[in-house]
Amino acid sequence: MGYPHPSHPKETVVLSQYFGDAGARSFDGWVERGGYEALKKALGQTPDQVIEEVKASGLRGRGGAGFPTGLKWSFMPKNSGKPHYLCCNADESEPGTFKDREIIRWTPHQMIEGCAIACHAIGAERCYIYIRGEFTDVLAILQVAVDEAYAKGALGANVFGSGQRIDMVIHRGAGAYICGEETALMNSIEGKRGNPRIKPPFPAAVGLFGMPTTVNNVETLASVVPIMNRGAAWYRALCLGNPKSTGTKLFSVCGQVMRPGNYELTMGFPMKDLIYDLAGGMRPGRTLKAVIPGGSSVPIMTAEEAETALCDYESIAEKGSMLGSAGFIVIDDSADLVYEIYRLAKFYAHESCAQCTNCREGTAWTAKILERILKGEGKPADLNLLMDLGENMTGKTICVLSDSCAASVMSGIQKFRGDFEKYLAGARSPALVA
Amino acid sequence: MSGTDQAVFTGKARERLEALFPKYPTKPACLLPALWIIQEERGWISPQAMAEIGELLGLTPAYVKGVVTFYTMYHQHPVGRHFIQVCSTSPCHLGGAADTVRALLTHTGCGELGATSPDGRFTVVEVECLGACGFATPILIDDDFIESVTPDRVPGLLERYQ
Repeated sequence: MGYPHPSHPKETVVLSQYFGDAGARSFDGWVERGGYEALKKALGQTPDQVIEEVKASGLRGRGGAGFPTGLKWSFMPKNSGKPHYLCCNADESEPGTFKDREIIRWTPHQMIEGCAIACHAIGAERCYIYIRGEFTDVLAILQVAVDEAYAKGALGANVFGSGQRIDMVIHRGAGAYICGEETALMNSIEGKRGNPRIKPPFPAAVGLFGMPTTVNNVETLASVVPIMNRGAAWYRALCLGNPKSTGTKLFSVCGQVMRPGNYELTMGFPMKDLIYDLAGGMRPGRTLKAVIPGGSSVPIMTAEEAETALCDYESIAEKGSMLGSAGFIVIDDSADLVYEIYRLAKFYAHESCAQCTNCREGTAWTAKILERILKGEGKPADLNLLMDLGENMTGKTICVLSDSCAASVMSGIQKFRGDFEKYLAGARSPALVA
Repeated sequence: MSGTDQAVFTGKARERLEALFPKYPTKPACLLPALWIIQEERGWISPQAMAEIGELLGLTPAYVKGVVTFYTMYHQHPVGRHFIQVCSTSPCHLGGAADTVRALLTHTGCGELGATSPDGRFTVVEVECLGACGFATPILIDDDFIESVTPDRVPGLLERYQ
């Protein structure tokens, strides 16, 4: 990862090559490192050629959903006569995920270049970068980089003399996890509360300001740069597991490991090696208990499931969870899993936009019931009640925030029922004061 | 802090607001950045300021309040001179955030979350995931993003904010 410690030999360093190298932050520094060649190459091609290249690379959305990027771009209408928009989603707020912040703070031009290529591909003259309000240091770095890109002709009315106009506006969020959901993000740019919209219509048809829009994650857009530089075939060949998962990806590892950090891996890398080798394994005397691999919004994996999985979309799905945005929360045997699940439920209850009843009530009651269990006041029927609540929070709302809350609670009860029962039986002293 | 009855969008703040207009195809879309301007100018967003920006962007005060209350970073009340946000979501909790929260509450004199210290110097709030989970525990003091804050670092860090 290059920061704060050197890259591990087992990493495949592409996006993170210049992490820790402050010289890569400036426009000139980025150009010295081969920057903006990919954009120039893309501008020399038709939008369809760029889309085909990205399709052929197998790149899938790195924000969590894993939707094929080239295919998403191809949904944008041709010659619509309307303005098209690109939204770069830098609202990174998923507990466990901290990769986009590193991309922007070390290589802001990598992201800007990727955004500009995407704008060319989808016929957008304007890109909004939606950055979460708390990323103050990153925002300052990004603002300098965007200003420099304008000054050097990489953005503006005539990008590198191509005659193409690409404008970039940084839009600062103000503290709302839900704005990472693409339709909530668009509402937030429009000056509204960040409530997700019902789909369809999808953003490619009716998006930002009612116009055709594509929303991509920071890492997805940054990945387009090496794909344009080195070709789709090279990217597609980066694959250790299922051929549907290609390229490299930043894996954020946090929680109870010796070396938390971002590790860039070829898709299909063994999860066991990521946890025990790259991230340094458990603290002395501790053993692995559970892993939440996708950021907090996915089902919890047991140690056995994690140790036998590969780091790609398909393998983690086979083990009953999801790769998501690849924020690995590692939990050892000293942790109180019931408390950690409660803390996540409290997160979702706080972040629910409150638009849908099942989410507004479901997340709040899930947190309250878990709180009562942790106070030693749980009732025998509480686990069934939580499972029932979870069922009613899954697949029943406009977006997947309530599904995300239910995922950790339901998988936690299914896989670690004994932990909950200890509280219910009074065999464990309360973690919260009654 | 300036009085709340005076208009915010005069002089430089007005120039900053007008510089936003070409960046968005509609005026209401300027609301979030305009609210940031108000908060930078006044430290918080008063009902009068909500009404003022509503008028400038063609929005009702109720609509503006609806937006302000949706986003947690906009202050609807005055806060201490230095505003501290500390992450305590699960990944940071696993990394010892609870001890960092306690140290902050003790050394600032705030005593409890959401409270302002008696000298008006600090307000401490818990915040949901700051997106720096590998650097537990991250905190924000005003606009300074500080990683890996352990309880022993707290007194030294606070000294810089008088």
